[in-house]
Amino acid sequence: MADGTTGISADALHGFAPSVRRGGLRRFAQRRSTIAVLMCLPLIALIAGLVVYPFFYSIYLSMLSRDATRFIGLFNYRYLLRSDTFDLVIFQSCFFAITAVFFKALIGFILAHVMHNISGRDQRIWRGLLLIPWVIPPALSTLGFWWMLSGNYSAVNWILGQFGIPQVAWLSNTWTARLWVAGVNVWYGTPFFMIMYLATLKSVPDQLYEAAAIDGATWLQKIRFISLPMLRNIISITVLFSLIVTFANFDIVQILTTGAPADTTHVFATYAFQLGIQGGNISLGAAVSLFIFPILAVFSIFILRGVGRRAREGM
Amino acid sequence: MAQVTLRKVSKSYDQHVQAVKAIDLDIADEEFVVLVGPSGCGKTTTLRMIAGLEEITDGEISIAGELVNDVPPRDRDIAMVFQNYALYPHMTVFDNMAFGLKLRKFPRAEIKQRVDEAARILDIGTLLARKPKALSGGQRQRVAMGRAIVRHPKVFLFDEPLSNLDAKLRVQMRTEIKKVHQAVRTTTVYVTHDQVEAMTLADRVVVMNHGVIEQVGPPQELYHNPLTRFVAGFIGSPAMNFVPCRLETVGNQLMLRLTDEIRLPVPSSRVDRYSPYKDHNVLVGIRPEHLTELKDPAKPNVVRFDAHLDVTEPMGMEIMVHFRINGTELCGRIDPSVRAEAGEILPMSADLNHMHLIDADTGRVV
Repeated sequence: MADGTTGISADALHGFAPSVRRGGLRRFAQRRSTIAVLMCLPLIALIAGLVVYPFFYSIYLSMLSRDATRFIGLFNYRYLLRSDTFDLVIFQSCFFAITAVFFKALIGFILAHVMHNISGRDQRIWRGLLLIPWVIPPALSTLGFWWMLSGNYSAVNWILGQFGIPQVAWLSNTWTARLWVAGVNVWYGTPFFMIMYLATLKSVPDQLYEAAAIDGATWLQKIRFISLPMLRNIISITVLFSLIVTFANFDIVQILTTGAPADTTHVFATYAFQLGIQGGNISLGAAVSLFIFPILAVFSIFILRGVGRRAREGM
Repeated sequence: MAQVTLRKVSKSYDQHVQAVKAIDLDIADEEFVVLVGPSGCGKTTTLRMIAGLEEITDGEISIAGELVNDVPPRDRDIAMVFQNYALYPHMTVFDNMAFGLKLRKFPRAEIKQRVDEAARILDIGTLLARKPKALSGGQRQRVAMGRAIVRHPKVFLFDEPLSNLDAKLRVQMRTEIKKVHQAVRTTTVYVTHDQVEAMTLADRVVVMNHGVIEQVGPPQELYHNPLTRFVAGFIGSPAMNFVPCRLETVGNQLMLRLTDEIRLPVPSSRVDRYSPYKDHNVLVGIRPEHLTELKDPAKPNVVRFDAHLDVTEPMGMEIMVHFRINGTELCGRIDPSVRAEAGEILPMSADLNHMHLIDADTGRVV
């Protein structure tokens, strides 16, 4: 060859080069990391399509005008923060989520201990009965509560009337309506807490309670010094999980009060629905729903940091 | 003074299963008593009844003269070491040991002084800030003992505390427990299924079987003078050999007939005691250390025989040999200098001066 390099015929190259590329591709495809990525691809696509894209799209939407034609920056957020109704929504969302989660956790904790101390077959029966509120679709059970509480047909008022107690407008009075909305959520969500705490309680060795009994602990001290610390991680995780779900709750408020009276029982989801879908202002609705995100992010960081620390300490 | 007294104490489950059957037991102040027996014999149930963790079905339990049947565990002034240690995983070693004192509202300075003292006795002073997860099995065991010691209780209860440790650590901790008892002199009830542990630790051993007490006594007493076949077989490792035979008179001599060919003369000192069992089926019990290589055939009541060795087990200081006589498997102990191989015939001797005769019908040692 003129340039002095070793000569390989063009024919030989023609036949060889593609096979090198094919071999490399095959090796790449057979790599464990490649297979792992390929197998996760459907999930990645699902998360991208159903979580990431809607999230960023709703941020974009919240910065558009009412008719979604103009970019208006943070105007919708400024508007909401100056709105008295939105102040009520923030208060009610926090009141609803914190009250409901607190009582779900408390009653679930107590019920789990009661169940734990019932033996064998009786425990299975009671556990099954107590799970019923959780397996009934919440929309259906909320309708039942609405029927028991609404002005015209209130079964609760009928029972009170039998004892000569005057009727109460449960769902028309701000505070009774707020309490009932939280109460229905407690009724529906408590079994989840109970079953999670019961499962964890079963994994706590009985000998710890026996050792505490011999050390001089009363039943209350056993709960304080043994049960609570041993259940701290599961309490944190269930509370966080429930806070997320309860903050984003829609069906109970929508069916029981539709935000009434005077928007005092609205939570973020129902208010976003009212503004965005019923009021036709999708941008403002998107801005409302995005307010949940920073609140839950702060909760999550604190709770998960505690869980991680305790996990490292081996508890 | 913390005596523990059990009077006709019973425990039944579901009115069908009787775990403990009307047992009587007196444990003296400062005494170290070990309850020993196979799984399911009722020893742990008995301990848990003393602790108050198990209600008693019938009978009376007293601690330091006070009837405690209806007294909850926290008011019995006892401390217990559990099989799995039962250390609180979320507390440090210090807090684990101090927990009982904090609940009893001891002053902070006294709590610290007691924990430090127990930590010094158990050599765990450097571990006080650690959590149980960061401790080895032996260290956890010490912390569990420390938690009991700091309380200065009337009675220590140990529920198979060494069974989760490896063999070497178990021997070491056994010595530690004995040292601690010698230092604090607290009345101790200790449960184990390991008869070596029972023999080495106890002032008195309580052998239990099927919910009843078979025999109570000092370790050597139980070893040399068992009252029942169960105790004779349970105490001692390797176990006592039992050979079925019949007690007969041949001429004027009381003989133990194993087969038509094998007859053993009853030692003259025991003829009177054994005579009532003439023409009865009995068991001869003889410990492996009394079946040895042929040593001194002239010694009275020593019988010579040839053993066809099935298995030999060199142990260093001795060799265990296994052989059969009349279909019964027996174990003997021979000197390591004797050449013994499986398949060989070894001249051996049985020292009948140490034999036990057991009534085959009642299982009682005659």
